[in-house]
Amino acid sequence: MQHYSLFNLARNALNNHQGWCEAWRTVPLKEEYDTLIIGAGGHGLATAYYLAKNHGVTDIAVLEKGWLGGGNIARNTVTIRSNYMRDESIPFYVKSLELYEKLSQELNYNLMYSKRGMIDVIQTYPKLREIKRRMLSMHLHGSTYEPLDVDDLRRQVPSLTGGGPNSRLPIIGSMLHTDAAVCRHDAVAWGYARAADDLGVEIHQNTGVQKLLRDPNGSIAGVVTNRGTVRAKNVSLAVSGHTTTLTDTIGLRLPLKTFNLTAFVSEPVKPLLDVIVNCPDLGVYLNQSDKGEIVIGGAADIGQSFRRDIKQAVFEESVSAMLELFPSFKKLKLLRQWGGALDIAHDASPIISKTKIPGLFVSAGWWGGFKAIPAGGLTFAHLIANNEQHPLSEPFTLDRFDNLNFILESGTTAH
Amino acid sequence: MLEINCPFCGPRSETEFINGGPVRETRAENPHDFADSDWVDYLILAPNPLGPVTEEWWHIMGCSLWFTITRDTTTHEILPCSRKSHD
Amino acid sequence: MTNDSQRLSSGGDIDRTKIISFEFNGTLHQGYQGDTLASALIANGVSLTARGFKYHRPRGIMGVGSEEPASFVELLGDAASGSQPITTVVLREGLRAISVSCWPSPNFDLMSINQLISKLIPAGFYYKTFMWPNWHFFEPYIRRIAGLANAPSQAPTSGQYESRNWFCDVLIIGAGPAGLMAALTAARSGARTALVDDGTRAGGGLLNRKERVNNKWGGEWVQCITDELDSLNTVLRLQDSTAWAYREQNLVIVTERQPTQKQLIQRTWRIRARRVIIASGAIERTLVFANNDRPGVMLASAVQAYVNRYAALPGRRAVIFTNNDSAYQVALDMIAAGIEIAAIVDCRDDSSGGGLPLAGDMPRITNHVVTRVLGRRRVRAVRLRSNENGDTRTISCDLLCVSGGWNPTVHLYSQSRSTLRYDDALAAFIPHKPAQACECVGAAAGEFGLQQILVGGLEAGARAVSDCGFQRRETIAPTTSKSPPYNIEALWHVNSDDASANSFVDLQNDVTLNDVHLAIREGFGAIEHVKRYTTGGMGIDQGKTGNINIIGAVANQTDVALRDIGTTTYRSPFVPIEFGAIAGGKVDSAVRPYRHTPITQWHKDYGATMYESGAHWRRPGYYSRRGESLQKTINREVLATRENLAIYDGSPLGKFDICGPDATRLIGMLYTNLFLNLSVGMGRYGVMLTEDGRILDDGVTFKLGENHYLMSTSTANTQAVYRHIQHFLQVERPKWRVWVTPITTQWSNATVCGPNARELLERLESDIDFSAATFPFMALREGTVEGMLARVCRVSFTGELSFEINVRSRHVLKLWERLFEIGKPLGLTPIGSEANHVLRVEKGFLSLGHEVDGTADPHDLGMSWAMSKKKADYIGKRAVEIRRSQDSPRRELVGLLTDDPSRLVTEGAPLTPKGQLQASEGFVTASVWSVARSRSVALALLTDGRSRIGQAAHVRIKNEIVPVTITQPCFYDPASERMKN
Repeated sequence: MQHYSLFNLARNALNNHQGWCEAWRTVPLKEEYDTLIIGAGGHGLATAYYLAKNHGVTDIAVLEKGWLGGGNIARNTVTIRSNYMRDESIPFYVKSLELYEKLSQELNYNLMYSKRGMIDVIQTYPKLREIKRRMLSMHLHGSTYEPLDVDDLRRQVPSLTGGGPNSRLPIIGSMLHTDAAVCRHDAVAWGYARAADDLGVEIHQNTGVQKLLRDPNGSIAGVVTNRGTVRAKNVSLAVSGHTTTLTDTIGLRLPLKTFNLTAFVSEPVKPLLDVIVNCPDLGVYLNQSDKGEIVIGGAADIGQSFRRDIKQAVFEESVSAMLELFPSFKKLKLLRQWGGALDIAHDASPIISKTKIPGLFVSAGWWGGFKAIPAGGLTFAHLIANNEQHPLSEPFTLDRFDNLNFILESGTTAH
Repeated sequence: MLEINCPFCGPRSETEFINGGPVRETRAENPHDFADSDWVDYLILAPNPLGPVTEEWWHIMGCSLWFTITRDTTTHEILPCSRKSHD
Repeated sequence: MTNDSQRLSSGGDIDRTKIISFEFNGTLHQGYQGDTLASALIANGVSLTARGFKYHRPRGIMGVGSEEPASFVELLGDAASGSQPITTVVLREGLRAISVSCWPSPNFDLMSINQLISKLIPAGFYYKTFMWPNWHFFEPYIRRIAGLANAPSQAPTSGQYESRNWFCDVLIIGAGPAGLMAALTAARSGARTALVDDGTRAGGGLLNRKERVNNKWGGEWVQCITDELDSLNTVLRLQDSTAWAYREQNLVIVTERQPTQKQLIQRTWRIRARRVIIASGAIERTLVFANNDRPGVMLASAVQAYVNRYAALPGRRAVIFTNNDSAYQVALDMIAAGIEIAAIVDCRDDSSGGGLPLAGDMPRITNHVVTRVLGRRRVRAVRLRSNENGDTRTISCDLLCVSGGWNPTVHLYSQSRSTLRYDDALAAFIPHKPAQACECVGAAAGEFGLQQILVGGLEAGARAVSDCGFQRRETIAPTTSKSPPYNIEALWHVNSDDASANSFVDLQNDVTLNDVHLAIREGFGAIEHVKRYTTGGMGIDQGKTGNINIIGAVANQTDVALRDIGTTTYRSPFVPIEFGAIAGGKVDSAVRPYRHTPITQWHKDYGATMYESGAHWRRPGYYSRRGESLQKTINREVLATRENLAIYDGSPLGKFDICGPDATRLIGMLYTNLFLNLSVGMGRYGVMLTEDGRILDDGVTFKLGENHYLMSTSTANTQAVYRHIQHFLQVERPKWRVWVTPITTQWSNATVCGPNARELLERLESDIDFSAATFPFMALREGTVEGMLARVCRVSFTGELSFEINVRSRHVLKLWERLFEIGKPLGLTPIGSEANHVLRVEKGFLSLGHEVDGTADPHDLGMSWAMSKKKADYIGKRAVEIRRSQDSPRRELVGLLTDDPSRLVTEGAPLTPKGQLQASEGFVTASVWSVARSRSVALALLTDGRSRIGQAAHVRIKNEIVPVTITQPCFYDPASERMKN
């Protein structure tokens, strides 16, 4: 792996950068591997990396039906945070943020990880109560949340001029989560891919899995792809949105439904937003990328969908919610918008688990999976290598559903 | 934004409805006839097809009718062979 | 002030009688009505109008419309709206514009120093460095030099946005020759037609070229067509309107930038059409060679537009570089305007010159390419190279017109999920298979000859009309002179001898050909990878003039055919759209209407502070008096309730009228408790579960008759309960005969509570006997109160004697005022939700937002008495059993008394073993100052709580440990004698 540094950048500039080589190899697809990971997204690539690095597993292939990192990691709003409510969830995300902070150095890839902090803008009392409860829970696990005076809020976010006393939902409080960060999403995929490749992991793009295979004794045997059959002892799915598409081929039913989540960006403007702003009562959140684009996300669409596109009514609501608090954005312009398909479990919490089929593992249900990539990869790798749950992902097994032990982040279930 | 054909009201904007998820087996007369795992499956499993799904919609901002349509989850095309309301 | 030295003395579509003054980068200029900022600057001889985003190289104007990749401006003043292409700014009196990405001006830009380090900063360089010490060190600086314009600093000071829905049979996008013919055909047949066009005037490409249709000049012909369309009342014709998104089910979003209504800033139309015809034309593409970004390098079609339409000369001595025939007509128009053509450099080796009578006159140099532009702040010469033998020569000029061929504008077609295919003959991606009821016509379909465009438009209109069931009225296609052939030979880039040459494939984001090669070299060969790694095509222009060159470069480098590489996904919007226009008329109170009871104004007049209370209801939180702190107010209201007489407005409570032969059966299924033995005229508190065993709601249901019930629900969950019931009845049990009618807003109530409640009620004129003997706790009595039809129930959420007087909503204010008339002298005190919260916590009554957070079931909450064992089945029963069958520890509802009685713990605070920093064993669900006990009291859900009553526990609030004692979850009148009185 060529080391990235200013020195090497300068050195290569001398010969017009002809000396850079492929960030990951292109190799022939074998007929058999020890371990297969389906999905070269954030979780899939991180898992492959940690399997190689922490567990010495190197006979791994990551199979990707499209282009590497082309799924939800290519499409998200990069809000990295650990302000969850439940004891089951908070330590997991705290660990993820801890890994993220050192990840650029570890992977030798600039992820542009920027600890901006996140401010929750609160407009109803039930939400204020919930946020305070989160704050006190988070404190138990080393994640911070501090009340922020509304005057301070307006000072830190001068363009947030809405939500005044005469508006429909006046701002009644705000909370600052200093650990929150943003980074460049593509870099996370490419950084993990390059580092995993360097450790011997094979990444095969344009290799779509059509179905899973079982041995006569019931264990997983491998997969059938558009490039032929590949056998493996372990098959792990990290294909957000398409988990059931694959498990259906083997008759395994999981409590997952796929929904469309959209986001949009404005034209790039000079720096005006230094923190991530989240408005839970309005269902909209935003931050500003290093390029200057304001990145905005909202709620998921209702109704199962793989269409990865925009629902006009939902989009208009997100925009009008944003304008309620940021009226000066009325003349700012939309540049681009997109959708992604993610699967959500019955209790809207993630699944990192073995399945009823020996050798088949799933990492799914990621609704807000970008922040979870390092911890998700770390714990999934541990599970695959040891056939035992990592303590941090212990709560996220499939068998929690056997006794209806839902992990409900906000007192509600999914759609 | 879809236009959905309510069997009672005719074609209306999607914003008048609430999506009730995929059609599932009728709620049993006696849940105690089921083993625990079977009842759990009934509660938490639902079809999640890449393609047509038969699902329920509720005309909350209209006649309050629950009915089903078959919609393709990849194109959102509403297929014509939809079941009517439940009588 | 400069003069318009480059303006022709006559001609053009501008109004020379209306002179407009404007300011560009601080310098004053003049132009005419009809000019854009770009055309006026060109006429004023200004050519250096911008700097590149990354290298800050000098840039000029390249195009004529929204495809502009090079020059962007920020408008100052009220018109401020982020960045805009200089070519789309309509010139208005007093306009002030500055170039983005340069400081202090494009002429002298401090950031041009970046050019010195340009080798160090190729595509993706930032991934390879900035890691030490960390990104934070560099980020503020990078952010400051990134971004283009400033965001507008305020909302528009006047005017508003609007949105509208529109339905039509045929929607035509684009009013060029194809669109006009399609619209005419559709409109004449009687079909409801919409024609939207993003130009100020209809005509499309005809406005920029000198073509004759039906023996009229293009502009004249267009006028005839639009006159006829405007005379028909079935036609909606919008100009200055861009169709920017194609959604599901033929829904197209259009934003109108200049609505005729003066008070509207912009108007967005959501158009649902049965058939969509996309006549969006084509966009010319650039060619890629060294220094193809210098000011003075322009698209040939743009030069043609400036010369013909704006009478502005972008230069005096031009070279044309082309790979197709369309540039030759441009040359003719330029000569007619007095521009000297130094050479037409044609990369093809056999060129017919388009069959136009120009061959001999113009200096044509075939089988050559332009390898490099000379000049830095302006083109001064071009270097050519022979394809045959590599010989080079230099030609001086001040303008280089490039024509790389045409891309059909397929963005909306692709957004509809219709597919494209690569056509070798046209060297372009053209429409292939439609996914929705739409088709492309004209140049958008890859048809570049005017006659075929006109016929194609007509035929598409006819098809749409007949698909919609209309009779087509005879329309004859107009005639025009024969168009030149096209004969394009793909030239994706010119290979340079100089490895460090800057040949741009994306001017907006400063992406060069070398960057594309670097991306491929590093393994980012998939077209989506190339785009993301280099950021090519991700700028404001979204690569309209250059993306195909990137695809071609990838094809050349990787030996994969263009048809197999494909394009990146086309995403909406087609051009940047103001957020205000997208939200349209949606303002906060329209999206979230206020819900008030008829008593609301009385509350406000009495000094109530109104709270947002779920389901959009506003309810009084408390009624403060002057000089009173919040705690004093609450204490006063609570005391009044406990010791005397209080009243609150319970109108928002959800209510359902349930009747039918199966009503009792339904109630039995919905609630966990037994209702079978409920007598007529009595009510019972019930808990409702979801089928997977979580608490959905709680409320009191009264039996009005054998098959008739009145159900109440919490305020916030009314719709969820209604959904739950309707789904069960309609979907699961369609044969049951029971009808459920929401009557939440039909009935309103005034709830009188306190030990003296009965005294007040007995003073009312009523046929109801309120005495304790005849009106027991949980009873309902119907009758009249003060002449109004009423249902009075003895329910208590406060723990005191309580009468809920329900009347028709239109009567409730009268009732309320009458109660105050009689009650005021008795000390009647209105109370709000804060006081109600204290009262119910003292009693340990359930509140859904507090104790119920999804994990607790009724057993946990001490309501096992509500979980009927006699009933074989009710919704959720099985799930609760399954959940409890594992016998793991449960969090149970208990009370907490802090060791320090004045210390209030925070609602939501966790309890941990010994108060240590570890996973919680419970949390505080409610915490209030109890007036009755003169100390703080709290409720909590705590693991194995009930078996720990009497023991100590610890609440952990950040770094503080608060010791508490676990008690029963009731702090006042545990036997509930007061409310049962």
